[in-house]
Amino acid sequence: MARRTPKTRGTVPARAAGLRTPSWVGWLFVAPALAVYAVFVLRPIVLTFQYSVYRWDGIGSSTWVGLGNYGKVFTDPDLFATILNAVKLIVFFSLIPVVLGLVIASTIRRIAASRLALAARTVLFLPQVIPLVAAGITWSWLLSSTGLVNQLLSHIGLGGVTRAWLGDFSTALPAVGVIGAWVLLGLCTILLLSGMSKIDPALYEAARMDGAGPIREFVSITVPSLRQEIGVCVTVTVIAALASFDIVYVATQGGPGNATMVPGLEIYYLAFSERQVGTASALAVVLMVLVIVVAIPIQWLTKDRTS
Amino acid sequence: MIVGRGETWSGRVLLVLLMAATLMPFASLFVTALHPPGSYPSGLDWPADPHWGNFVAAFQAARMGELVKSSTLIVLGVVPVSLLLATLAGFAIGHLRIAGRNVVFLTFVLGLTLPFEGIITPLYYQVRDMGLLNTRWAIILPLIGLFMPFAVFWMRAHFVNMPDELSESARMDGANLWQLFWRIHVPLAMPALSSLAILLFLWTWNQFLLAIVLVDDPLKRTMSGALGAFQGQWGTDIPLLCAGSLLILTPTLAIFLIFQRRFVTALLQGSLKG
Repeated sequence: MARRTPKTRGTVPARAAGLRTPSWVGWLFVAPALAVYAVFVLRPIVLTFQYSVYRWDGIGSSTWVGLGNYGKVFTDPDLFATILNAVKLIVFFSLIPVVLGLVIASTIRRIAASRLALAARTVLFLPQVIPLVAAGITWSWLLSSTGLVNQLLSHIGLGGVTRAWLGDFSTALPAVGVIGAWVLLGLCTILLLSGMSKIDPALYEAARMDGAGPIREFVSITVPSLRQEIGVCVTVTVIAALASFDIVYVATQGGPGNATMVPGLEIYYLAFSERQVGTASALAVVLMVLVIVVAIPIQWLTKDRTS
Repeated sequence: MIVGRGETWSGRVLLVLLMAATLMPFASLFVTALHPPGSYPSGLDWPADPHWGNFVAAFQAARMGELVKSSTLIVLGVVPVSLLLATLAGFAIGHLRIAGRNVVFLTFVLGLTLPFEGIITPLYYQVRDMGLLNTRWAIILPLIGLFMPFAVFWMRAHFVNMPDELSESARMDGANLWQLFWRIHVPLAMPALSSLAILLFLWTWNQFLLAIVLVDDPLKRTMSGALGAFQGQWGTDIPLLCAGSLLILTPTLAIFLIFQRRFVTALLQGSLKG
């Protein structure tokens, strides 16, 4: 099948004619999907850009302010802090799950086909299946002053550090990050593990013969072969960090103070509580652009150039 | 040999630890849900007198029956239509290769990474002007649109790999385009469609942002949105909140455990393609 594609690509009109399908008929197939997409996604995107250059309370008349709202996003410390918080969350949502996932996956690679590993596939997917809101509620209880985390810490003699993790200015953001890491670690591990199963075992045998240890194997075989899977993990988790909303909404509502405020939640508050639709939209544009600017290079860097 | 065995054991231990870390929150939720209502239990202490009645109380407080019905209606509104639209579009872009397909496809791909928060403000005013605020349509219609990039991407990836000979020979046998689509291609697309259906079900059921912004009445929301409201209302009664959270988790967990093979495959493929 794959062989045919290059041959037919050059002669598309002829081939379409071979199927006796005029192009306008084909467009009828696309039209419904495109229509819903245009009305409920493309139009709102355009409107977000439009709102972002006005000052508007959502009810009365609006005033043209040019790029003023964008200026506010980048100069108002509270607003800019939301972007910084989202970037800091990348460490927990992305770096920890991917690195830890790589280590775990390569450790359990040899037992990937065992019954235990099959059971683990199901268990590790649970956080992906439940609503993020439920993960947020569960973890706000675990991380509360009488929660399981503090109980465990006291047990191992670390009673001195116990606190309400989500209520403390210095620990709230990392605590939110831990929730994200818990949700995403299983997905990354299993994704990487399934990528590892495609690596030719002969590569590892050859490396062993050449006297390579586990670390050498990991660096020279495992990581390069998983380029594509790592790319997917990084993309998915970075977007989850930048666009986080559900977890923060239920776990901290952005508090204490503004310690865990992220762009998504700030947009929600600005637009629907504080009635600053223009500022909310400018922040929304910044968020959308930020996600694309981050996602495209990751895709490009990790693209499998060999095929 | 010895090195190999050592690695196997460290792998097993690590795997068990990881599973424990994943399950621990659920265990804590469960144990806490059995404590006397209104009490402040600590961590993983098994209660002296388990209050199984908390689940009944939470079921009634959260009006679970109505919530399940509401979420089901929303899923039924979103998933079949999304599948149909995406299959039609994926077929035209991937198999019929219509003129201008690259531009259309790129337009859809642009929406793949879109954070929903980015468009939630105009969406609110648009849905309000359509008079749909506080109805389930306020969640259903935008979600179909928002799922199109991924769904079309997914179905195109399937149709691009279907051999042309298949369609050519069906045409020889006198099938028209519609028959070719329904009789030949849709049945062959079933594996791709069922994986997509699972993903869309999950994303609809767990949709939170659209639910809390566009629908005020928790009983017309998705399960996830209703849980947010439940937390607001019962947030101070920790055992009841835990019982309610567990109940709200149950439907997805049950469906996941029944279809777990398909789920895991779908989620893996889903993230690889996306």
